[in-house]
Amino acid sequence: MAYDKFNILKSTVVPLPTENVDTDQIIPARFLKATEREGFGDNLFRDWRYDSEGNPKADFVLNDATYSGKVLVAGKNFGSGSSREHAAWAIYDYGFRCVVSSFFADIFKNNSLNIGILPVTVTPEFLDEIFAEVEKDPSTEVEVDISTQTITLLSTGRSESFDINSYKKENMKNGFDDIDYLLNIKEDIVAFEASK
Amino acid sequence: MEKKTLFDKVWDAHVVKSVPDGPDVFFIDKHFIHEVTSPVAFLNLEKRGNKVLFPERTVATPDHNVPTIDQDKTIKDKLSRMQVEKLRENCKKYGIELHDLGTDHHGIVHVIGPELGITQPGMTIVCGDSHTSTHGAFGAIAFGIGTSEVEMVFASQCIMQSKPKRMRITVDGELHKGVTSKDIILYIISKISASGGTGYFIEYAGSAIQSLSMEARMTICNMSIEMGARGGLIAPDETTFNYLKGKEHAPKGEDWDKALAYWKTLKTDEGAEFDIEYAYDAADIEPMITYGTNPGMGIKIKDNIPTTEGMEGSNKKSYIKSLDYMGFAPGEPIKGKKIDYVFVGSCTNGRIEDIRAVAEFVKGKKKADNITAWIVPGSREVEKQAIAEGLVDVLEEAGFKLRQPGCSACLAMNDDKIPAGKYAVSTSNRNFEGRQGPGARTLLASPLTVAAVAITGEVTDPREV
Repeated sequence: MAYDKFNILKSTVVPLPTENVDTDQIIPARFLKATEREGFGDNLFRDWRYDSEGNPKADFVLNDATYSGKVLVAGKNFGSGSSREHAAWAIYDYGFRCVVSSFFADIFKNNSLNIGILPVTVTPEFLDEIFAEVEKDPSTEVEVDISTQTITLLSTGRSESFDINSYKKENMKNGFDDIDYLLNIKEDIVAFEASK
Repeated sequence: MEKKTLFDKVWDAHVVKSVPDGPDVFFIDKHFIHEVTSPVAFLNLEKRGNKVLFPERTVATPDHNVPTIDQDKTIKDKLSRMQVEKLRENCKKYGIELHDLGTDHHGIVHVIGPELGITQPGMTIVCGDSHTSTHGAFGAIAFGIGTSEVEMVFASQCIMQSKPKRMRITVDGELHKGVTSKDIILYIISKISASGGTGYFIEYAGSAIQSLSMEARMTICNMSIEMGARGGLIAPDETTFNYLKGKEHAPKGEDWDKALAYWKTLKTDEGAEFDIEYAYDAADIEPMITYGTNPGMGIKIKDNIPTTEGMEGSNKKSYIKSLDYMGFAPGEPIKGKKIDYVFVGSCTNGRIEDIRAVAEFVKGKKKADNITAWIVPGSREVEKQAIAEGLVDVLEEAGFKLRQPGCSACLAMNDDKIPAGKYAVSTSNRNFEGRQGPGARTLLASPLTVAAVAITGEVTDPREV
């Protein structure tokens, strides 16, 4: 469904240096029970964020008022595991528009792009630099520009380019999704099916 | 002539068109759906005023969130009930084949697809579930998709996909006694890591793979995603054809002959290139178990949990966090660890062969007092067969509790949860934190190992019981 257009995002970041953050941590299976797409942000990182009584755990970054922003920066192999798009929904609904890591799981990356979250893959060194800078100063900002495909750490000025194919880039910039494209070539698809 | 891999042959035959500097428009032969990842897709389909383009290409069953007791009664949990009712409503509305709770072919979607002969060589198959890779055992390209893509398949029978790279994993030689296909795949993941397959589609090959039954092949392909790979497949052969022949949805008569002729072409050409290759010796594989919180954290049962030597930074921190969660220390043996629960089931190991293996192992023995033992057949068909073969009696005498088909404690969406802090040795596919219930600690292993643990009450090499 339609999502907000993505052009230039300048924001402070929320650091989550843990590696292999899997989809069951992003949103545990027991919170996949809705039949509509709403309220998933409340359960983002549920079991790291709240204890079994539902009280916020003080040591988890989302409960630490020092950190906020529209960019989540996470350790390598982010989003591994299940194909649940609910993981991407939870991240989007919470308010993130961009996730930065040195490595993403495939399905999570696809799901993110399909709903308007930009996954930005950076080198491990750059990732470490972001973590270090944010630890020093939580008001550190990054700027993500989809047109030039660059991410810049504003405190040091270090910048890296990231990959995104031009089809997805246009989609993100315009808030389009794949259904719009597919419905436009429906006749080709029907002919293809008939030839099988 | 161009030399192609099996994966290329199947992929290329399904590309409707390629977007320049973009993905392929990829045609889907079969679409499986379940109650959890389909409702929002149906809702959005409706909001946009679209219809299901080819309803006969979609098959549905509720599995992820169904209770595994009293399936003939109304589902108690309100949200679960709503999801199952929505699935019924949507299937009726759009004319989609539904294998509902309590009907003859109800079960886990990745168990019933093959059982019914819906899954066939050369097909492209998707489902809003990452373990869709299971169907690759038949020489199909099968993988998990998100809900947006489920909607795309409804509306257009296609998804937009960039073609993954090609990986081949060859396992040659003869397996030791007591070593199963689950041990093969846990061994491979421990070598390649939980992310080492990302960006790839895997072909499993070699004499050790070819010697496996269809059920065992499905276990291997099922866990391809646990290396981060989109999926894995195995070239179809006589084992595949014999399995399919006579199945309800398999081609019949002349259609069978025609299909068979095509299926026989589905193999990697001699000399075709892969982007990366790995080769392992079957003789090096022994019963495996995981000790951490991702499926790459696996060792031979006889080995010690790795120390932190050579690790640093966030890598070391993540490792220690994982072991802390499990309540284990680096360097200690895994063998002998006391266990509380065993779970036999899931799309990884909930098939008849798995239940036979467990029953044969525990026959005439009793489970240890400290163990709660759950066995959840992958489908009604598996359940029926297990009863007919007398396996259920054997299992119940040994102290196992048989439940009704569903995903159950593999992901603990329903009430089948392992309590916080407790240890479960499970035939399922993921040992993530909280996967089997908040705070639950999961060790993944083969059905044989699980059977051995049930008897001794602690982590045990099945060859030593």
